[in-house]
Amino acid sequence: MTAKGQGRTAFAYLTPALLVLGGLLAYPIYQLVLISLYDYGQEQVSGGAPLTFLGLGNYQKLLGEQQFWTVLGQTVAFAAVCVVGTLIVGAFLAILATRVRTWVRMTLFLAALGAWSTPAVAGSTIWLFLFDANFGFVNEVLGIQGFSWTFDKWTAFGLVAAQVIWCSFPFVMVTLYAGIKAIPGEVLEAAALDGASAFRTAWSVTLPLLRPIILVVTIQSIIWDFKVFTQIYVMTNGGGIAGRNLVLNVYAYQQAFAASEYGLGAAIGVVMTVLLLVITLFYLRALRRSGEVL
Amino acid sequence: MRRWITEAVVLVIAAVVAFPLFWMVLSAFKPEDEIISADPVPWTTRPTLDSFTRALTVANFGRYFMNSVIVALIVVALSILISFLAATALTRFRFRSRTTLLIMLLVVQMVPVEALTVPLFFLMRSVGDNVPAFGLNHLGSLVLVHLAFSLPFAIWMLRGFVAAVPVELEEAATLDGASRFRFLWQVLFPLVAPGLVATSVLSFIHAWNDFLFAKTFIISAVENQTLPLALQVFVKPDQNDWGAIMAGSTLMTIPVLIFFLFVQRRLVSGLAGAVKG
Repeated sequence: MTAKGQGRTAFAYLTPALLVLGGLLAYPIYQLVLISLYDYGQEQVSGGAPLTFLGLGNYQKLLGEQQFWTVLGQTVAFAAVCVVGTLIVGAFLAILATRVRTWVRMTLFLAALGAWSTPAVAGSTIWLFLFDANFGFVNEVLGIQGFSWTFDKWTAFGLVAAQVIWCSFPFVMVTLYAGIKAIPGEVLEAAALDGASAFRTAWSVTLPLLRPIILVVTIQSIIWDFKVFTQIYVMTNGGGIAGRNLVLNVYAYQQAFAASEYGLGAAIGVVMTVLLLVITLFYLRALRRSGEVL
Repeated sequence: MRRWITEAVVLVIAAVVAFPLFWMVLSAFKPEDEIISADPVPWTTRPTLDSFTRALTVANFGRYFMNSVIVALIVVALSILISFLAATALTRFRFRSRTTLLIMLLVVQMVPVEALTVPLFFLMRSVGDNVPAFGLNHLGSLVLVHLAFSLPFAIWMLRGFVAAVPVELEEAATLDGASRFRFLWQVLFPLVAPGLVATSVLSFIHAWNDFLFAKTFIISAVENQTLPLALQVFVKPDQNDWGAIMAGSTLMTIPVLIFFLFVQRRLVSGLAGAVKG
């Protein structure tokens, strides 16, 4: 087929995908930036007031607000705790999984698969029930009936973080386990023959070989945990008392849809997108180093 | 001896990890007085279906279940069709903007879709003015956004599978007189089936689990809510019907769990294929 004919057929095949992606991803991204530059509230939406162009006004307002910085700090800290927790639990269990018989490993993986596949809303409500002040099983076991985990800011954040780690460690565990299994036995044997201790082998042989995979799961976890919405929303009832458990995503949602400050909500969305794109650049570099080619 | 200890530790951890799910199913079958007892116990002597009945009748969970199924299945079907065509175009043809498109696909995957709620809300509002079935308060709006969100990854992943099918096969099919259309659907499509399974599972789960867009788009049309939102409606301060909530959670989790178990092998090989490709 001629080059021109190839191009035409390829274009025909691509048309449906381009239509959907253009209309429902590219166009909204453009709109997001546009809305963030306007004073866009309930009156403007209903057509009761004219649109006023603010330029960077929304961003100025946002950066001048104490709450924005508090929420940003909380988002970063919350994501950091979740990422570190997920990686530690996932890596620890991946290593343990290599040292047990198959049926024990399958039991662990099956349990992890269950946690992995539980929908976020269902998982959040189950954890809420388990940690319920009066009827929760955890308080019964600990003998602290009546203690509310979601009332205090820090126990609430801790509980949500634990739930997030519960449903995201399986991905890290399975990926790292596969990575460890893919290391050729001869390499480890050679290290043993050279007289390396188990610790030395882990530190100087296994770890460097796993580095690309560790990097990828780390950045993937950062991207996921930075955007947690459902768990915070459901478990702290929309961001906690007086919004003290807010993270950026929930903050943007509340500004836009609860306070009808659509312009401000869009500006928060832009800030988040930019932050994530920066992380993504690191991700792409990591992917390239681990050998993936376009 | 030491392996014995490690195995014991692993089994205990597995039990802890599985415990929330066990508690969910157990609570769904407990009679009401055992659920709101001040001394909950990890067993029940009087299992009952009362909570399920309440969830399905009072809260109309059956309807929401069907809504979720409809949205997820349409998303999966359309995403298979569209991503297969696009992946074929991107691997089997050489054209100028190919690399640009591939890079854009990768970048677009990283955009936090949560940030797009505001523009998508207004987009769906104007769509609804022209085609109500795809506007706010209708399931069509959810189908559209989840289709858009699942496509980039689906195309990206299928690319590897299409590339793995030898070009000679296409030449042979052409020599045998098969049209391009027949080759596409009768030769290529079945060959990339494992990749389609893996991508469909992920699209299904995304659409099935979505809470944010269901909450944003389905504002007043109670009959068009999906499961995650319906579950949230149960949760009221101080008067939670935990039995019905756990029954609802069970109904919502079981399909995903079965799906996951059913395809886990294919999922792993599918992901491996995508990475290798």
